[in-house]
Amino acid sequence: MTERKIRVLVAKPGLDGHDRGAKVIARALRDAGMEVIYTGLRQTPEMIASAALQEDVDAVGISILSGAHKTLCPRIVDLLRENGMDDTLVLVGGIVPKEDIDELKTKGISEVFLPGTSTEDIVRYLRENVRETA
Amino acid sequence: MLQGDLIERVLAGEPRAVARAISLVEDTGPGASGLMKAIFPHTGKALVVGITGAPGAGKSSLVDKLALHYKDHGEKIGIIAVDPSSPFSGGAILGDRIRMSALGTDKNVFIRSMATRGNLGGLSRSTVDAVAILDAAGFDKVIVETVGVGQDEVEIVKAADVSVVVLVPGMGDDIQAIKAGIMEIGDVFVINKADREGVIRTQKELEALLSLAHRPDMWDPPIVKTVATESKGIEDLSAAIERYAAFNASEHRSAKIRKRAIAKWRLLELLRERLLADLLSGNGAGERLEGLSRDVAEKKLDPYSAVESLLSGAKQ
Repeated sequence: MTERKIRVLVAKPGLDGHDRGAKVIARALRDAGMEVIYTGLRQTPEMIASAALQEDVDAVGISILSGAHKTLCPRIVDLLRENGMDDTLVLVGGIVPKEDIDELKTKGISEVFLPGTSTEDIVRYLRENVRETA
Repeated sequence: MLQGDLIERVLAGEPRAVARAISLVEDTGPGASGLMKAIFPHTGKALVVGITGAPGAGKSSLVDKLALHYKDHGEKIGIIAVDPSSPFSGGAILGDRIRMSALGTDKNVFIRSMATRGNLGGLSRSTVDAVAILDAAGFDKVIVETVGVGQDEVEIVKAADVSVVVLVPGMGDDIQAIKAGIMEIGDVFVINKADREGVIRTQKELEALLSLAHRPDMWDPPIVKTVATESKGIEDLSAAIERYAAFNASEHRSAKIRKRAIAKWRLLELLRERLLADLLSGNGAGERLEGLSRDVAEKKLDPYSAVESLLSGAKQ
């Protein structure tokens, strides 16, 4: 009877302390009816993967502005897959040079959202791409 | 994941299976009731500790430190942290993990955030089931943190063996205002942030209030002072929890009556849910509900007639 809720982990890996973007996204997803787990600043890839596993999320949104995306993001994907979370989407938002996007996608990142992306686009992307059945 | 397989893996304590099982009951997915039936015989081993109190009282920090304490004693700990859903969008931001990040990667700790999904009372509809899943998966302690509550969010007694009510100094006369409701369900009281001014006054007021209350089981709820952020008083809290758990396990008459009342409460809740689900799954019932809601909102119809119309429609 109850509809399946989309659950999303919004994570801030690495050392940059700018979480306004992450909070804006968290709020937009909440307003779109999703359940957002927010874990706070300075998370290691291990902490993020472990939270994603326990919370059984459909997607992990990584907010990253520090430039460490090429190391941290693929590491998070690998840890998720090790945990058996094969169909969990991994989205990246933040400052990512255009030339890095393809490389991230070959390493399992589903989509990269650059500054200026509207929150509606992210909501739509999640609704269209999250696996249908539990 | 196949149903039988999932149950086996939950009982083996596999984190992925435990997480999926909780989602299944939360979403009332196919096989959810079958899962809970299979799990039931394996429950009753864990000590379930409920932590409740006003927003900002320091519940999450207290849960964090209490879990660390249990972990240091070699126990496996499951944590369920409940936060409110937005009444408008149905979404939620669940932020209790922020204060528990030291525990996040520990293999012996499993933290799950749950949104209330419209349930009042301080828990979500499926919190009791999630507790049972963690219990069956072999966690020694299950800690349930309710949403920040006011006066009447007392559902925690349904989920927990021991209910801990957290207060902070400076609530002053506010304690008077909450003499019923959550003040009645506390098996253990905590005055957190006990390094703040006014702690003695709060304690005196709490003692005065508790001395007026007579619990049917004659238990005298202890008051523990803590400073969660500095890990102070956590040993005392743990000891107080154990004391009540031992007292409650002694199977005296009033404990039995209380357990039966809680079981009845739970059955009525499930019955209500099931009847409602059956009623609304009928042909066109969903649209009829929408249509009638519109009529009521526009004052064309009173809600009582609307409900009668829904019920008579369901019988046809």
